[in-house]
Amino acid sequence: MAVPPLPDPLVPQVYRVDQVRRELSDTVTLELTPRSGSRPTFEAGQFNMLYVFGVGEVPISMSGDRANGAAFVHTVRDVGAVSGAITKLEVGATVGLRGPFGTNWPVAAAEGSDVVIVAGGLGLAPLRPAIYDILANRRRYGRVVILLGTRNPNDMLYRHELERWRQRLDVDIEVTVDHANPDWHGHVGVVPALIPRADFDPHDTVALVCGPEVMMRFTVSALRDAGVPADRIYLSMERNMKCAIGLCGHCQFGPTFVCKDGPVIRFDRIADIFAAREV
Amino acid sequence: MEGLERILREHAFFEGFSAEHSQLVSGCARNHLFNAGQYLFREGEPANEFFLIRHGRVALEIVAPGQTPIVIATVGEGETVGASWLVPPYRWTFDARAVELTRAIGIDATCLRGKCETDHHLGYEMMKRFLPILVKRLHATRLQILDVYGKR
Repeated sequence: MAVPPLPDPLVPQVYRVDQVRRELSDTVTLELTPRSGSRPTFEAGQFNMLYVFGVGEVPISMSGDRANGAAFVHTVRDVGAVSGAITKLEVGATVGLRGPFGTNWPVAAAEGSDVVIVAGGLGLAPLRPAIYDILANRRRYGRVVILLGTRNPNDMLYRHELERWRQRLDVDIEVTVDHANPDWHGHVGVVPALIPRADFDPHDTVALVCGPEVMMRFTVSALRDAGVPADRIYLSMERNMKCAIGLCGHCQFGPTFVCKDGPVIRFDRIADIFAAREV
Repeated sequence: MEGLERILREHAFFEGFSAEHSQLVSGCARNHLFNAGQYLFREGEPANEFFLIRHGRVALEIVAPGQTPIVIATVGEGETVGASWLVPPYRWTFDARAVELTRAIGIDATCLRGKCETDHHLGYEMMKRFLPILVKRLHATRLQILDVYGKR
């Protein structure tokens, strides 16, 4: 029997918007199902290229549970022309989609170790599939710590889900905001400041970090200060991805292409250029 | 006094402190209990004490007239509240409010400053502990000012 050819990675497939959930004033979560066939499998940390016809294409990480559902789930914030157009899509609209692309969080490799997940703002979205995977196989891990930093309590992504996870006795979740009104009873301060207070074994920990690059720099520094080795810290990098298959070079980051060698990159592999300007 | 000295030595701030210096500092110390909502101090008041948090959480707030106070940081167990006691004119520059029931040790500033003047080794030990805290908070404040989660 002939094996059907794999789709050309440069040709978008048509997907339908099945569900739209408004997360924040400028952020939505979309569920996208293919017009024909089933969605490809994916790994936590990977991304798709979403194409709004007539507007343009942007890379967006998967934010859904890879073990459940027939749809790709993407959480998108309105930060430009294409992402803005995506946040305005309604149920029934169609988009082009290429993917999945890129590297994944080392969820399997982290088994047996403590896991520290540090998210900043929308950085929780690319980490959510990894959290689903880890919680689904909770016994395979040591301590699991989730640290979230956000601008203020109203900008907290997936609030209900965070509250549900927080009720579990086998996960430590701490949320901190940059500033708040007095009715907020949680932490106020930056997310790296939560790391020295968290309970984990730094020598047997895998850290997964995603957020704005400045926040990741400070977070890596706090993790290193706590004793986490550089080769056990993973970051999700963001660059200007175009082709998504390592051909065009738009996302080049020193010797790596973020679309192909990333977005999830082990810190020691980029440590020399991570803080460099103009890279 | 022995109880306070033991509590001080167990607090993260005084980790590695000599017995002699612990005894000196404990002579300036007293226990505090703040209920949720109670203020440790208010902006503009004399900074005549600083606090070692043993349990609970304290919000540091700035108030603009006619507006809701803004919480700029929270401080918890094992941390300290207040550095204005170190720097003239020794006045608080923000409010500190207990978010929940908070137990703390207060160190009388005049008493400790006097002991630090008399014993510069003690003064240097105190500075070695305070300076990293101040630098960390300065870095954190810079990161907050950057508003990294806002739109570029």
